[in-house]
Amino acid sequence: MEAVTKLDPVIDIRGLALSFEQNGQRTDVLRGLDLAVEQGEFIALVGASGVGKSTLLRVLMGLAAPTAGTVQVHPDPAAERPMALVFQDARLLPWRRVWSNVAFGLEKTSLNKAERRKRAMQALSVVGLADLAERWPWQLSGGQRQRVSLARALAVRPSILLMDEPFSALDVATREGLQDELIRVWRQMGKTIVFVTHDIDEAIYLADRIVALGGKPGEVKAVRTVDQPRPRKRGSIAMQDLAALVKADISAEGAPQRDDWVI
Amino acid sequence: MTRSLLNRSLPAIGLVAFLLAWEAAPLLGLAQRSLVPLPSELPAAFLREVKSGIWQTSVWLSLSHYTMGLFVGAGAGVGLGIVTGMSGVAEGLLAWVNRVLRPIPGLAWVPFAIIWFGVNQSGAVFIISVGVFWIVYFATHGAIRSVDRDLIEVAKAFGFASAPERLIKVLLPAATPGILVGLRTALGQAWMAVVAAELFGVTGLGSRMMQASSLLATDIVVVYMLTMAALYGLMDALFMFAQGRLLQWKP
Ligand SMILES: Nc1ncnc2c1ncn2[C@@H]1O[C@H](COP(=O)(O)OP(=O)(O)OP(=O)(O)O)[C@@H](O)[C@H]1O
Ligand SMILES: [Mg+2]
Repeated sequence: MEAVTKLDPVIDIRGLALSFEQNGQRTDVLRGLDLAVEQGEFIALVGASGVGKSTLLRVLMGLAAPTAGTVQVHPDPAAERPMALVFQDARLLPWRRVWSNVAFGLEKTSLNKAERRKRAMQALSVVGLADLAERWPWQLSGGQRQRVSLARALAVRPSILLMDEPFSALDVATREGLQDELIRVWRQMGKTIVFVTHDIDEAIYLADRIVALGGKPGEVKAVRTVDQPRPRKRGSIAMQDLAALVKADISAEGAPQRDDWVI
Repeated sequence: MTRSLLNRSLPAIGLVAFLLAWEAAPLLGLAQRSLVPLPSELPAAFLREVKSGIWQTSVWLSLSHYTMGLFVGAGAGVGLGIVTGMSGVAEGLLAWVNRVLRPIPGLAWVPFAIIWFGVNQSGAVFIISVGVFWIVYFATHGAIRSVDRDLIEVAKAFGFASAPERLIKVLLPAATPGILVGLRTALGQAWMAVVAAELFGVTGLGSRMMQASSLLATDIVVVYMLTMAALYGLMDALFMFAQGRLLQWKP
């Protein structure tokens, strides 16, 4: 089975370019980006702020159209939902209680309400928030909101899970707990994960491969394979060496330009 | 504790003071006795109206004009507001039409109401709905237009890509507070439209007030003014209750 799927990448991006047009001014965000992701792979996506990581996930999700190039996604047809995205900002629906936010994507499946609720509660326990199920989003802290948003994506059991800095607002203990939880879910469900992070140690702890984006417009600068068996030890010497390399990959182009952002 | 009690009784104290001042005004020579009915005369006038059954009939008829007009006007306003809020084409098509029709006051439609519907319930309902329509339409259109694009993206990302799904899953719930603001304004506006609609002869509170005033029965006029205020208060309270239920999720 492995051999068959290896031939056909789950995500196949070729020559991807994307630019925004604003007031007649064009901003090239991505150009000539190639990336192939294998079935079941855990990819960490790193790169300077504004390099286009979120934009890349939006393209994969079908929320933004490439200006040039091809993007092919082949999610497992047996999965309940092809893909899910954990947005960089939590984006909870304020008129739904926490559990109902988590159940949101399940309304696209054939599950009935009781099953949806049950599934939502399971996903909430994974992120450790089962006891806040009846709250409204405004009654949550920023980190709790982020975890609900993570649960919302996990609940639909997607074949491909796209995650945009999902742990950025969490304390170290919660974050490490969730990292392990994510690895567990990933191995158990055979998902393909693309995980954006600014935390290089996190990337190394989690990923099979680390893809560094860089340049302006952004492209793949380097791909590093993490050759460490799981469960990994945090902060081992090998990991520290790798971290230095990835750090160099990211900053090869120097810090982002001052005129990086429009206006 | 005593402070909050005092605060809460302030409105009642204000009302009593107002009634006393009103009662006293003619005695102090501040107003001509025949032009202003005294508050103390009102209960008797009210009972007379109730006994003859006119009060019940008028209230019933006006309420039915009011609710039907509100229903039709608000329904059309919400419906069209959603359409132009979601579709740039519809918005563009209607932009000038709206601009032409909107400034026309409800009363100006009275001649057409009479020509199209006659002096009857439908005519009254028409005038009321015209008044309600614009308020609700603009509130709905604005509310739908200003829904956070990020939330629409969430719906898309979780597979709700079609327009009806977008509407049900995100646009309507997100726009509800804005639509309700419009509806609440319309709730008050509709009473004014009721009087306007009934002034041209359709039976109801408005026509009864006209009759009474032509006979200089000011006490009866005031009875109906207060009736209308009470009905409005009741509607508004019911509305606020429903709104509280609908917007539980608001902090
Ligand atoms: N809607 C938009 N219109 C114009 N420019 C945009 C838009 N969205 C993003 N950009 C630009 O595209 C670039 C990439 O943005 P993106 O959000 O993908 O960055 P990122 O790598 O995720 O950064 P961060 O790590 O800070 O989240 C940025 O320079 C940003 O200014
Ligand atoms: Mg980002």
